[in-house]
Amino acid sequence: MANPLKCDLCPKPATVHLTQIVNNKVHKVDLCEECAQAKGVTDPSGFSLADLLLKASLNPEPAELAVRCEHCGCTQQDFKKHGRFGCPQCYDTFNASIEPMLESMHKGTVHTGKIPQRALARKSLYDRLTQLEDELSEAVKTERYEDAARCRDEISQVKQTYGQKSTR
Amino acid sequence: MTIASLIDTPSELTDASNSKTAIVLMTRIRLARNLASVPFPGWARPAQREEAYDVCRTALAGATSMKRSLCIGVSELSELEKQILVERHLISRELSGAKSGAGVVISQNQAISVMINEEDHLRIQVLRSGFQLKKAWNTINDLDTALEEQLDYAFSAKQGYLTACPTNLGTGMRASAMMHLPALVIAGQMEKVVRAVNQLGMVVRGQFGEGSDASGSIFQISNQTTLGESEPEIIKRLGSVLNTIIEHETNARQRLIESDSGKLFDKIGRAFGILQNSHLLNSAEAMNLLSLIRLGIDLGIFAEVERPKVDRLFIEAQPGHLQHAQRGEFEAGQRDLMRAARLRSEFANFTPPRFTESHNN
Repeated sequence: MANPLKCDLCPKPATVHLTQIVNNKVHKVDLCEECAQAKGVTDPSGFSLADLLLKASLNPEPAELAVRCEHCGCTQQDFKKHGRFGCPQCYDTFNASIEPMLESMHKGTVHTGKIPQRALARKSLYDRLTQLEDELSEAVKTERYEDAARCRDEISQVKQTYGQKSTR
Repeated sequence: MTIASLIDTPSELTDASNSKTAIVLMTRIRLARNLASVPFPGWARPAQREEAYDVCRTALAGATSMKRSLCIGVSELSELEKQILVERHLISRELSGAKSGAGVVISQNQAISVMINEEDHLRIQVLRSGFQLKKAWNTINDLDTALEEQLDYAFSAKQGYLTACPTNLGTGMRASAMMHLPALVIAGQMEKVVRAVNQLGMVVRGQFGEGSDASGSIFQISNQTTLGESEPEIIKRLGSVLNTIIEHETNARQRLIESDSGKLFDKIGRAFGILQNSHLLNSAEAMNLLSLIRLGIDLGIFAEVERPKVDRLFIEAQPGHLQHAQRGEFEAGQRDLMRAARLRSEFANFTPPRFTESHNN
């Protein structure tokens, strides 16, 4: 918190200072009178610090706000405004600013729960296939025919497994 | 199956109540899932939303647990039908206001509902009457695994299931219980409970989620964080918080009876009188009166056989259900007349109360 006298949500001076302990982590928010009212901070029962932290935890530089997700066109500014990302790839694009936010929002920053095994197996086969196809064309180009033959065999093998796993 | 037939068929929510559901009315788990290759619904172009809708709908149609389910687009629903589905917790308020290319798939017993293109491409929800977190998790986990056979989920090894809002990141899971806590409300201890529950990383909300009031002394308690813990860990932690709340509510009931049974019996008796005789009842007042009758059943003041009726009325006295029963749309004032009439007739032949000092829970 660089300047504790400034409201986390607007440029006005902060007069409401809130500390909440969630999962043994201390979260602090400084707000001006109006923002505190608007966010319902004065009514502890209807108030969720997580929602607030989402918007207040970062105050990125203007240059950072202009970063744009190549995949969907969503910018940091858009995220700040809506509180939602544009697409799954946004998590890579804005990774640097997401990390500190996740720390204050969740119990940890690393997923330890369920993993979609089947979908991942399908994806790794698909990635392997793409890689082998690249290798094959490279081998043909450089006239390494033994390597090319090996690639071709492996491709047909992967394709067979892929066909069994994929239901589409 | 149509919406009308869905409303008139028995469901997990309206017809599964028994003494075991006294304090925890129902348990719910929802998972947020997204397709890897399409922007999140709020950011996607209409064509992309349609594409995601079709892909998800096809995958759901193939899932065993969704056999003979009802699939319906939001645009095909009337305002009243949407309201009814919200009152049954089958869709969210957000989905009911959604643009094109959004819909819901509801299982035959209404225990499973999957919203498509709400905040995330998929919001899978399983609902169980009573305190059944583990059963709900097993059901939803199986359905999710079945869907994953068909769908390429947005998933990262580090951050887990990727969601439109980072507050759902990781497991994408929100587990919750709907609790009836009249004694804690009467004793003025709810604020303390809310604060304690918040410190344990859980959230307390009104019956219809964020921003809704707590009429009828019904509260929804759910996990706040979704990343950094596995699903069973979250469920276990929530379960122990719920057990603590149950204990507090039970103790509060005991204390109310021991310290001032006259005052408590008066509240319950008056509630019964108003339900039998009033001619104007708004939704919040009806909820509060029904809540007292429900407490009376738990305490043995009213017959146990009346429990399902009261639990059904909690849902059916809501504005959407009320208007559906009268086959029309009515102003709030007219609804209050209709609500009172419905409750008068339901309570006309309700087993009368038996107040004795020896009641204990």
